[in-house]
Amino acid sequence: MTTPVLSIRNLSVEIPTRQGIVKPVDGVSYDISEGEILGVVGESGAGKSMAGNAVIGLLNAPAHISGGEIWLNGVRIDPLKGEEMRKLRGKEIGMIFQDPLTSLNPLLTVGDQLAETMLTHLPISRKEAAERAVAALEEVGIPGAAERIDSYPHEFSGGMRQRVVIALALCAEPSLVIADEPTTALDVSVQAQIISLLKRLCRERGTAVMLITHDMGVIAEAADRVAVMYAGRLAELGNVRDVLTQPRHPYTHGLMASTPLASEGQKRLHQIPGAMPRLQHMPNGCAFHPRCPKVQKRCSHDPLPPMAEGRAACWSPLLAEAVE
Amino acid sequence: MNAYVTIKALTRVFDVSKPWLNRILERRGKALLTAVSNVDFQIEERTTYALVGESGSGKSTIGRMLVGLLDPSEGDVQVDGVNLATEADAAKVAKVRSHIQMIFQDPYASLNPRWRVRDIIAEPVASKGGETEGLAERLLEQVGLHPSDAGKFPHEFSGGQRQRICIARALASEPRLIVCDEPTSALDVSVQAQVLNLMSDLKEELGLTYLLITHDLTVVRHMADRIGVLYLGRLVEEADPQSLFDAPKHPYTQMLLDAAPRMDGFGREVPPPQGEIPDPIDPPSGCAFHPRCPIAEDICRQERPEMKALGKGRVACHLAR
Ligand SMILES: Nc1ncnc2c1ncn2[C@@H]1O[C@H](COP(=O)(O)OP(=O)(O)OP(=O)(O)O)[C@@H](O)[C@H]1O
Ligand SMILES: Nc1ncnc2c1ncn2[C@@H]1O[C@H](COP(=O)(O)OP(=O)(O)OP(=O)(O)O)[C@@H](O)[C@H]1O
Ligand SMILES: [Mg+2]
Ligand SMILES: [Mg+2]
Repeated sequence: MTTPVLSIRNLSVEIPTRQGIVKPVDGVSYDISEGEILGVVGESGAGKSMAGNAVIGLLNAPAHISGGEIWLNGVRIDPLKGEEMRKLRGKEIGMIFQDPLTSLNPLLTVGDQLAETMLTHLPISRKEAAERAVAALEEVGIPGAAERIDSYPHEFSGGMRQRVVIALALCAEPSLVIADEPTTALDVSVQAQIISLLKRLCRERGTAVMLITHDMGVIAEAADRVAVMYAGRLAELGNVRDVLTQPRHPYTHGLMASTPLASEGQKRLHQIPGAMPRLQHMPNGCAFHPRCPKVQKRCSHDPLPPMAEGRAACWSPLLAEAVE
Repeated sequence: MNAYVTIKALTRVFDVSKPWLNRILERRGKALLTAVSNVDFQIEERTTYALVGESGSGKSTIGRMLVGLLDPSEGDVQVDGVNLATEADAAKVAKVRSHIQMIFQDPYASLNPRWRVRDIIAEPVASKGGETEGLAERLLEQVGLHPSDAGKFPHEFSGGQRQRICIARALASEPRLIVCDEPTSALDVSVQAQVLNLMSDLKEELGLTYLLITHDLTVVRHMADRIGVLYLGRLVEEADPQSLFDAPKHPYTQMLLDAAPRMDGFGREVPPPQGEIPDPIDPPSGCAFHPRCPIAEDICRQERPEMKALGKGRVACHLAR
């Protein structure tokens, strides 16, 4: 088998707080292969962004990686610090966030930003960088790219700005892109444009993508595999069609059933009782057990069973039971 | 059936000109932005009317005119038989207004962080000198929270719980109509399910009428009795959910439906919609959708289509059959 582009093993993130140490990411493992889109879903606060930020070395202190390993193309990167990490981040990992303005410098034209990024990471001349900058804008579908190259970020609409960010994330030809809620702030029509663009570019270049979102529809259409997170842990991991149509973890099942489209024609939506626990008050055993319809005795004290691809971290998984 | 709300030829124009000195120096005229243009619709009593459309289509502006946060530039808002702009009897207008409440997208920003939940919920009643003893506790129970939550502060609650508090506050003045502006857009699906179920229950129990503003088509399909689709400030199509989702008549509605991601859309590859919403200050001639419309003809560039009845709904498109 070929080495996956990204491989996370038992990753944990800790934050010391006044009420003690909390673990927003707790023993998470997954791989992403070349040309593959891994969707990461889960309720707000599940630790999706924390896990992504840990990979790119962008955790805000006092949050830090407290255990596990991160491998990029066969090289272990979690011990990298400061300058080394910054270099790697720009060259090998591209980033797309919900708010395009966080990734763009308001004082530089988009052409200069693209050219600078390429000059830093690719062995090319200034002239070549300028040419490639126009091509990069054309590729992400910005009309009149040659004229818009000297525009500043604020002169673009929200959807166009996100295209510029995608061009910027991909221009140094990274092997991995982390997209954290890239379309959450956009209209459905623009969202469809951005997702289709991301899919096409990654397929063409073989880029691996971590797509973080809580929109199950976006996951269904874009992702090859999906990781479901709950309270910092992986609840389920597998092929997107399997996980969405035949969830094994009762949490995944609950999430699917509470989306309006899944219960079409039904008067009431399925509700998962309660709310995700606060990190300071994490229940013992399976963190989902207080809300779980299939809870058993052992769920409240035994550590979770080991997780594997196509499986759920659950003592009583739903076996091939489809969402009603 | 009884129309509780009747909106007629509603229009709102914003003056977005630069200051006069800049206008003279840069030789520019006044810039007027028509956010809502000639919109007509009715909301039957005890039903949910949903307004959908992309960002900037004028949904919130209509909602704000309905609750009286904004004055119309032209047109009428009639609620419960009272024309809110022309009615001479101030007491009548005040009474109708007190029956209309609004809840907003951001349950974080719309609650005063320094007030206890009890005071937040009772405020609309207290400000009119009404009786507030036990009111907050009763309403908290009604929205599925605990009466003892009345003594807490907003930061002690999750997003979904805060939206429940907003709903409890809206219910305090015994409204008959609630304008809900993106009530679940900031919430994730599991919390959204709780809030939508609560809204449905309250509609049944209290006989409420809703104007639901959102761009989430799955929410609309689940909640609405009737749907109006807005594009660049104009209503382009109106129908019941089944007709609209199964057989959209306007190409714009069709485009929105195609673009929405589907939970069963594994690996779906469809050409995404073309173009973006045009500049509302300088809208396209004729039908405002024509630059993005896959079937536009000459007439679409020249003449603005009127809204006309078609099937079980209404549509403003020259080519709709
Ligand atoms: N500085 C901090 N101190 C304590 N807890 C924190 C801190 N920063 C984040 N957290 C917690 O870490 C957890 C994980 O947060 P994260 O942002 O990864 O969630 P998420 O899954 O991305 O959610 P969302 O969908 O809302 O973006 C949350 O419970 C959050 O409250
Ligand atoms: N106070 C104002 N001054 C100037 N322009 C305004 C004002 N309020 C709204 N607009 C403009 O009116 C148009 C309609 O805005 P509105 O907020 O009603 O849209 P919307 O459909 O609610 O969009 P969204 O989905 O983003 O909330 C937009 O072009 C907006 O920029
Ligand atoms: Mg996040
Ligand atoms: Mg709005």
